[in-house]
Amino acid sequence: MKLDSKIPSGPVQQKWDKHRFETKLVNPANKRKYEILVVGTGLAGSSAAAALAELGYHVKVFCIQDSPRRAHSIAAQGGINAAKNYPNDGDSIYRLFYDTVKGGDFRAREANVYRLAQVANNIIDQCVAQGVPFAREYGGTLANRSFGGAQVSRTFYARGQTGQQLLLGAYSSLMRQVGKGSVKMFPRREMLELVVVDGAARGIVCRNLVTGDVESYSGHAVLLCTGGYGQVFYLSTNAIASNCSAAWRAHKHGALFANPCYTQIHPTCIPVSGDYQSKLTLMSESLRNDGRVWVPKKKGDSRSPDTIPEEERDYFLERKYPSFGNLVPRDVASRNAKQMIDEGRGVGDTGLSVYLDFGDAIKRLGESVVREKYGNLFDMYHHITDENPYKVPMRIYPAVHYTMGGLWVDYNLMTTIPGLFCLGEANFSDHGANRLGASALMQGLADGYFIIPYTLGGYLASSKLPKIDLGHAQFKAMETAVAKRAQELLSIKGKRTPGDFHRALGHIMWDKVGMARNKKGLEEALREIPKLREEFWKDVNVTGAGRELNQTLERAGRVADFLELGELMARDALHREESCGGHLREEHQTPDGEAKRDDANFAYVAAWEHKGDDAAHALHKEPLAFEEVHLTQRSYA
Amino acid sequence: MTEKAKRNYTLKVWRQKDAHDAGRMAEYRAEGISPDASFLEMLDIVNEQLVRKGEDPIAFDSDCREGICGMCSCVIDGRAHGPGAATATCQLHMRAFEDGATIVVEPFRARAFPPVKDLVVDRSAFDRIIASGGFVSVNVGSAPDGNTHLVPHPVAEKAMDAAACIGCGACVAACPNASAMLFVAAKISQLSLLPQGQPERAARALNMLKRMEDEDFGNCSNHGECEAVCPKEIKLSNIARTNREFIRASVCSDE
Ligand SMILES: Cc1cc2nc3c(=O)[nH]c(=O)nc-3n(C[C@H](O)[C@H](O)[C@H](O)COP(=O)(O)OP(=O)(O)OC[C@H]3O[C@@H](n4cnc5c(N)ncnc54)[C@H](O)[C@@H]3O)c2cc1C
Ligand code: SF4
Ligand code: FES
Repeated sequence: MKLDSKIPSGPVQQKWDKHRFETKLVNPANKRKYEILVVGTGLAGSSAAAALAELGYHVKVFCIQDSPRRAHSIAAQGGINAAKNYPNDGDSIYRLFYDTVKGGDFRAREANVYRLAQVANNIIDQCVAQGVPFAREYGGTLANRSFGGAQVSRTFYARGQTGQQLLLGAYSSLMRQVGKGSVKMFPRREMLELVVVDGAARGIVCRNLVTGDVESYSGHAVLLCTGGYGQVFYLSTNAIASNCSAAWRAHKHGALFANPCYTQIHPTCIPVSGDYQSKLTLMSESLRNDGRVWVPKKKGDSRSPDTIPEEERDYFLERKYPSFGNLVPRDVASRNAKQMIDEGRGVGDTGLSVYLDFGDAIKRLGESVVREKYGNLFDMYHHITDENPYKVPMRIYPAVHYTMGGLWVDYNLMTTIPGLFCLGEANFSDHGANRLGASALMQGLADGYFIIPYTLGGYLASSKLPKIDLGHAQFKAMETAVAKRAQELLSIKGKRTPGDFHRALGHIMWDKVGMARNKKGLEEALREIPKLREEFWKDVNVTGAGRELNQTLERAGRVADFLELGELMARDALHREESCGGHLREEHQTPDGEAKRDDANFAYVAAWEHKGDDAAHALHKEPLAFEEVHLTQRSYA
Repeated sequence: MTEKAKRNYTLKVWRQKDAHDAGRMAEYRAEGISPDASFLEMLDIVNEQLVRKGEDPIAFDSDCREGICGMCSCVIDGRAHGPGAATATCQLHMRAFEDGATIVVEPFRARAFPPVKDLVVDRSAFDRIIASGGFVSVNVGSAPDGNTHLVPHPVAEKAMDAAACIGCGACVAACPNASAMLFVAAKISQLSLLPQGQPERAARALNMLKRMEDEDFGNCSNHGECEAVCPKEIKLSNIARTNREFIRASVCSDE
């Protein structure tokens, strides 16, 4: 298989314009003849569905939750980037592009990232026009703040609820189209199979989560906007229903999976407190604008933080990275926290956390200003830990947060299956080996509002897609496959719950495919995961029946797919004999513990092909060329 | 690690197989629960035990588990989202319940929220209300620069206060009339405060309120129970603003 990224020729600044001009258009009157299936209603899915319906396409939209408004994007806190340069502090499209390529540790496609930076400003305008209540300065203009990995202030925000407000904006546009009849909404549906006819994606098979019925839907193209796979770690900041199943089914039908090992561990999360825990809660990185990260200089210092004098504290990020200080990128901040803890300088009951201290900020700005900026985050922290962060420093620890890997897509966001597109966190395209803060929201909305409306049209206008109906043999085959798999899960009647297996997998992933990886651990993971998967199919207990609301069955299906994806992640991490961004191989570090890339051998996208359940994955390489941003060792010192 | 003392509870939980089943209360034991566990994590523990015994676990909705998606929806000891102030069900921790307590767990009940299973109900009426007018009609591509319309800081803050609604439906569950007024008012307020919402201001108020009625929600008669349970502290003043919007739209609109 030859990977063709379809990156347009010419200077990076002109690629997108040129491509839009060269892409065929669908005649306005013909748009309504096309039926588009959009799976997922996060920022990517909602924005795509609304934009396509506005153009006249017929759109069917699916999501797991009871309402499209509840997609995981709702939980994003900190903000969204754009190069408006309103603060006049030196920002530009080029700088946003540059920072994002560098932040991704030179493992993203320049052309995609440039396009992302180009459309970012339109996103802000669109969201403002929808009535998104972004934070404002006293003069009434839009406010900005800084985020990690940037020295300019380019992040737009709506308190600590930016994802919520952006999603509600996209959702309101989506519901407007539902009201007009151009979008039909199917909530509480889980896509469990892709239907490929004559080599093109032509439909999906879902389980109706209320009745348990297996339902088929046909269309001229399928857009997967199904989010990331961080839940493979069991504990993550993702929502409970976040999963990899839709992408994984597509992968098994021939869509390559790119860079599965690139996962982001977010530095500022509330630490784990016990084994009952079902998720980890993020404290937005925007907190690092005003909070100072420190640990005691002495090992095992168990004094309460207010009694530790200034000179006995180690503000380790400020010490090691004087120009970026507390605002270094996430991977750097996470690794340093881990290092402090490994040195025995962690704090709290478990010793598994570091301080994020607002004492100075409260002195400097006053409690009310701090409350206005971060009030809801402080409240959230207080609720969960029963500690008041206005009085005592927060305790934070890194947690799995985002997956940069995902389905391989070309410049048109199309996977290796014609007609199957992938948007948002579910694809691999823009963040390389590490995503900068406030750029996932930007990417989801860029893909949905401003990219897919053009590239999908190009595909439709240049493809012959004969009408097919739901009686087609391929639909029947996939319906049978979905029903059979549910029956199989229900009939095992073993002793362990799907949750038991999920936790066991999470332990392996966190210990061996987590923040720091090495050959020995990865090889162990590659032995342990298949073994666990085998046990799962022999010993899982799924109660209830198929034709009813059955949350145990839903969970079991998702865990079964994670048990396959987890193995591919370990394989990818093992093959990548370098460190880059969020992927740290302990064998490949600079003397001071920074990620050491090997550009001569690994400046490529690793795209894995499924060769059958009993065969090894095949690796395909898409070489990455850096024409604009020169390959350098990242430095934030 | 200093272990906090584990606690034991008796749960009385509403079980209902599907929309056609009459439903009943069932009793369960929740044992060895950490006070730092969340309420839903406590239910997870009970459910895992039920699955191990081969019994049907308690169905309940949740997703973000941090109070922002609006999916979780339990009435706990007679109060929508339970005893905490300004918290959704998922943000409640077991430290709020004394060791040995009996806890009663029921679904959000309202005519407009038909039951689905156990603690799960159908809140799609909220989506239909938004589809009737809870938006600004602006197609992708046609937006002016974000700073074209200045929004005074306090107005933006007020709009944000209203926009914080998570669409959970607790206000409906708590209202003696099962009115959705607080939910509707939050959206109408947000958009009528902002310049972007002006062109459709009157139609929006009329359409959304009409739709609320058509969906079988009750009328607002100023009980204020909604505000008391709202996890996002949406203020009753939004209802007053909405009433003004309604009068303005009915009497003196040019739209
Ligand atoms: C706590 C938190 C805070 C964050 N803060 C920020 C931030 O400040 N700035 C930033 O830029 N990014 C942030 N991120 C990252 C960002 O929120 C996500 O990457 C982004 O929202 C993903 O959007 P999405 O549309 O790709 O997918 P999601 O929002 O995850 O949506 C996935 C959708 O797919 C549906 N779905 C999944 N599988 C199926 C299936 N099989 N069948 C049917 N439907 C399915 C789901 O129901 C859902 O509707 C944050 C992430 C987290 C976890
Ligand atoms: S107004 Fe409050 S209680 Fe009602 S739906 Fe919104 S957040 Fe929930
Ligand atoms: S689960 Fe999302 S608000 Fe409770």
